[in-house]
Amino acid sequence: MIISNGITKSIIQLHVNGETHDTVIRSADTLLHTLREQLGLTGAKKACGNGDCGACTVLVNGESMHSCLSLAIEAVNQPITTIEGLLDSPIQKAFIENWAIQCGYCTPGFIVNTHALITKHPNAGDEVIEEWLQSNLCRCTGYQEIMAAVRTVCNSSQLRTPPTNE
Amino acid sequence: MDTSIRSTVGKSEQRIDTVEKATGRVRYVGDYAVPGMLYAKLVTSTEAHANIKAIDTTEAWKVPGVRAIVTGEVFPFHIGPILADRPPLAFEKVRYYGEPVAIVVADHEHQGKLAASLVKVEYEQLPVVNSVKQAFETGAPLVHTDSGQYMKIISDVYPVPGTNIGSHIKIRKGDFGTAWAACAETVTATYSFNLSDHAALETRSTRVEINPAGKVIVHSCTQSPFTIKKVLNQFFSIEVGNIMVHVPLVGGAFGGKGTIQLEPLAYLASKAVGGKMVKLQFEREEDMRTAPCHIGFDATIKLGVDKGGKLLAGQYTFLIDSGAYTDQAAGITRAAALDCTGPYDIPNVWCDSYCMYTNHPFATSFRGYGHPELTFAVERTMDQLARKLNMDPIQLRLLNCIKPGDTTPTQSVLTASNIGDVEKCMLRAKEIIEWDKGERIEVGTEIVRSKGISMIWKTSTTATNAQAGAVLIFEADGTVNVNCAAIELGQGTKTILGQIAAETLKMGMDKIHVTMEVNTQYDPHQWRTVASSTTFLAGQAVLAAAKDAITQLKKTAAIVLQCAEEDLDVGGGRVYLKPDPSHGVDFKDIALGYTFPNGHAIGGQVVGVGKHIQRHLTPMDKETGFGKPGPWWSVGAQAVEVEWNERDYTYKIVKAVTVLDGGTIINPMTATQQMRGGMYMGLSFASTESFIFNEQGVMQNPDLRNYQLLRFGEQPAEYLVDFIETPSADGPYGARGIGEYGVIGMAAALANSLSVAAQVELNELPLIPEFIWRTKKEGGK
Repeated sequence: MIISNGITKSIIQLHVNGETHDTVIRSADTLLHTLREQLGLTGAKKACGNGDCGACTVLVNGESMHSCLSLAIEAVNQPITTIEGLLDSPIQKAFIENWAIQCGYCTPGFIVNTHALITKHPNAGDEVIEEWLQSNLCRCTGYQEIMAAVRTVCNSSQLRTPPTNE
Repeated sequence: MDTSIRSTVGKSEQRIDTVEKATGRVRYVGDYAVPGMLYAKLVTSTEAHANIKAIDTTEAWKVPGVRAIVTGEVFPFHIGPILADRPPLAFEKVRYYGEPVAIVVADHEHQGKLAASLVKVEYEQLPVVNSVKQAFETGAPLVHTDSGQYMKIISDVYPVPGTNIGSHIKIRKGDFGTAWAACAETVTATYSFNLSDHAALETRSTRVEINPAGKVIVHSCTQSPFTIKKVLNQFFSIEVGNIMVHVPLVGGAFGGKGTIQLEPLAYLASKAVGGKMVKLQFEREEDMRTAPCHIGFDATIKLGVDKGGKLLAGQYTFLIDSGAYTDQAAGITRAAALDCTGPYDIPNVWCDSYCMYTNHPFATSFRGYGHPELTFAVERTMDQLARKLNMDPIQLRLLNCIKPGDTTPTQSVLTASNIGDVEKCMLRAKEIIEWDKGERIEVGTEIVRSKGISMIWKTSTTATNAQAGAVLIFEADGTVNVNCAAIELGQGTKTILGQIAAETLKMGMDKIHVTMEVNTQYDPHQWRTVASSTTFLAGQAVLAAAKDAITQLKKTAAIVLQCAEEDLDVGGGRVYLKPDPSHGVDFKDIALGYTFPNGHAIGGQVVGVGKHIQRHLTPMDKETGFGKPGPWWSVGAQAVEVEWNERDYTYKIVKAVTVLDGGTIINPMTATQQMRGGMYMGLSFASTESFIFNEQGVMQNPDLRNYQLLRFGEQPAEYLVDFIETPSADGPYGARGIGEYGVIGMAAALANSLSVAAQVELNELPLIPEFIWRTKKEGGK
């Protein structure tokens, strides 16, 4: 595939939430920018643009990724899962039931990252959870509510696997 | 007050906004894009204090897609919420690093960003005022040379021309001098911390268009939609009715979205491109260095007691670092003065609260509005006084805590309705933190466990005519839409207002639909969503609207049921005869009026309207502060337990406790969320957060990597929250405000616990291990 540099744009295919979409990108466009501006998937947020807050987290090939630090072109031929692809996940239910949501701006990033956590570590204990979620910032809650929510799903097996190649 | 059994108020109803939020489908203001929308990017100052000699836009114009470049000459006037001292776009002079100097409007964001980087600004440097101490010195360089000329928007602001004092608020109660001389024991201490940030996860964002008929349409993540209208009217001469402001759900605010900065800039940008829609969204770095931040604070406190430990006199000198412009810091200067004592009964009070100009980013309201700051200083002083008196710090506080019958620093009289029970809060907090098990315990060779406490109070210094309105519109199925201009910014206000409507109409929450977005054209006026005032003001409005709807329902039902309106009651979605509840009519049959079998119809749609306005508030006297600044004081007690390492000075926060008396608690779990989140925010601010400026006044850490927030896992192992509910006679179902209170005493309680652990007085923030180590090494101050 030829990716023209800078001024002209290229068409690439992205596999997002089980669907394939044509997108028109500049070589410099981030995955976050492309998901939001071209596909209308605005669940992932740009809150720092620097990989410091985790609000832009999506899954690429099952791995948590700061989509603000990834180029769209890097995600070609890889399955991408965004918060919009996790409808009715038990994690979402756990966040609601444990009062882990206030303004909701960091929530998609936390939920997607938790999804990756329990895929890799279905029985994660507190230390693993803490280390894993250090990449995500929340300014409204006291984190304890999020911890409580994540604990409830770490011991449950009702999780659906995300659409990945693994 | 209604004392009947309640079905919804007092119950932890699930928040009505979280299902959508959990799916990522909620759209915040920056999540909308419209074809043809243009993007604005700012050129910001690279100097903290300088004259602008020239702005060269030649290279910037060469970037494809650039449609306009706007500089300060287009609007060489000053705006501001309290004192109009700030040009929205720097004009002739810049006064802080990061100040907006020019706006580039382009087809795409990346084009605007590239072009903005190519705008060349030539500066002539001026001496930088880099701290409040420096600002206060005689002969300091002046940040504003003509502050006497600025227009006062609110009466309680007193700039001192020829100095860096943007406002000076005085409290003179009793006779401080005489009382001080008579004190058996006194303590004097000084405190200091630098400016910091709100760091809401959603950065500030707006989009503005001017339609061909002259209407200005604003979409924004603001706490103050009606203030946007006021500002655009007052300073830009647009008719109030021609300004429409839309506010979707807001991604965190904490006071930082209460003032107006982006909207006038986006308006000027839109005007420069013929009124096309222009989006202006701050990147994180801009949100930290260009947007208004949290004040810096220096204080000196003197407290004097009689032999028994009863407080006789208090003197408070506050130097508030408001940065380059007064903005809300002028109001915070006033708020800190009028509650300067903390929740203590002190007959002789002398306070000088100064709003100081410096060459730092300008400061605005931050959750607590001056109270976390004054409480840090007051409660640290109380602990130091207790040590001098060899008295238990809780005992000293209980001996002096304020009660109904006492007066505040501004001589407002407290009653059983307008103030909560701070003594009960303290006793409960004492129990929860297990105070009696020991304030300082060595648990290992290097580990010390220690506890610190703080009492808190705050009133809501709203405008004296602050108000809210609500409209309840009935659907054909008898369910109800609640419309009002309270902003949902994460605090759960829409759920609370829904509960108040449900309780009053005696309906289930599932029959209440609360409109999430605010539109100033449809929603009645609401002052702002700030100052822990929404449950009180908008709650009363919703209550009144529900009562109005009940009157209408009964009127129609009385005709249908052939009885008097007085014979009727409502409940369970119907109007029924009090003596025979089986005889009634469903809301759905009268919500759009009642239609008789023969086709004739009566009544029409039920639309309940309600409003509430503050009562009997006054400005403060210029010389003494005398006045009634707020409707009530919520009070509380907070505590922190830490585990401090003697060897490397690091610590873990083990417990954080809040016991609050905010009157009736409408929803215990959303209230608990507010307390926990507030405690987290207060602990984060107190332990790690601070802007760092170099000698030229340039911010060194405008990003979330170098500006440290407490991260996941660093929060207290336990948050413990409880409520004392002394009802307020004029609040909805007895409620007072609670939104800000969790944060107020945390810096104080943390500093108190660490001071006990390290056995040195820690009177600065943030409480990083290095600061504790250095203070201890210097033998304390």
